[in-house]
Amino acid sequence: MKINMPRWFYQLASPKWSYDIMGMLLPWFAVAAGLLLTAGIIWGLMFAPPDYQQGNSYRIIFIHVPSAILAQSCFMLMAVAGLIGMVWKMKVAHIVAKSAAPIGASMTVIALATGAIWGKPTWGAWWVWDARLTSMLILLFLYMGIMALYSAFENKASGDQAAAILALVGLVNIPIIKYSVEWWNTLHQPATFTLTKKPAMPPEMWLPLLVMVLGYYCFFGFLLMARTRIELLERENKSGWVTTIINEQL
Amino acid sequence: MGYFNSFSEFLDMGGHALYVWLSYAITLAVFILNLLFIWLKKRAFFSLAKRQTKREQRNL
Repeated sequence: MKINMPRWFYQLASPKWSYDIMGMLLPWFAVAAGLLLTAGIIWGLMFAPPDYQQGNSYRIIFIHVPSAILAQSCFMLMAVAGLIGMVWKMKVAHIVAKSAAPIGASMTVIALATGAIWGKPTWGAWWVWDARLTSMLILLFLYMGIMALYSAFENKASGDQAAAILALVGLVNIPIIKYSVEWWNTLHQPATFTLTKKPAMPPEMWLPLLVMVLGYYCFFGFLLMARTRIELLERENKSGWVTTIINEQL
Repeated sequence: MGYFNSFSEFLDMGGHALYVWLSYAITLAVFILNLLFIWLKKRAFFSLAKRQTKREQRNL
């Protein structure tokens, strides 16, 4: 079976084309991330009203929720990129997946750390073995396993393959994280944003949160492209276009 | 100061200063580390590449 994909899909398979297009997009993502994150943090910390139950400790939400969303989005992106890499033998896709892993892991760390800190004044405990928290911890272990696989193989192609398979298998954890607050009795509150319902919060609270989520996505895009570009240089260091870039730097 | 009457009230976060500021500090630190790692990776790549190019030029 032959699936015809749009032209840009095949262009993405070219390391040089990908390097160039990411270099063009990079500054825009940096500016957007800087503006959105600055606006979101000032709005969330100073201008959003305090919560009627939690007071001001709820302001952790503005960094906790976006990092938890990103941790999961990044995992899905990594799994899809790994799958594309396996199906179309596309090296660039594997490099994107490899670059996504440490960024996703760091987002998971932020979500877990800020969640623990938020849990202390709200639930009275830093950590509880709750379904949501446990499945997020498993997500962190999956990220670490995938990062280990990428570096464990002498043959880079075998590492790409093994990591992509673990990412695809690990994908089952994503719906578990999402529905953990509905399937199990949990301390964790349900999702803030859903596609079908209006947020339970007033707009003065969820608007800055939305700005933060968008800012996080832009920052993630920036980090992912910057990492991918360096990884492309390292993997392609024998090819002509990389030599040209190196000579330009001399 | 938005919902706060003074800067010290803002810093105090209604008694939750430790939790709020620790969370934001950790997040900022992880963001900066992400940027730092990328910068170091880039620098390492180009310094190695430069050394290799110089060696090759000597051997010509």
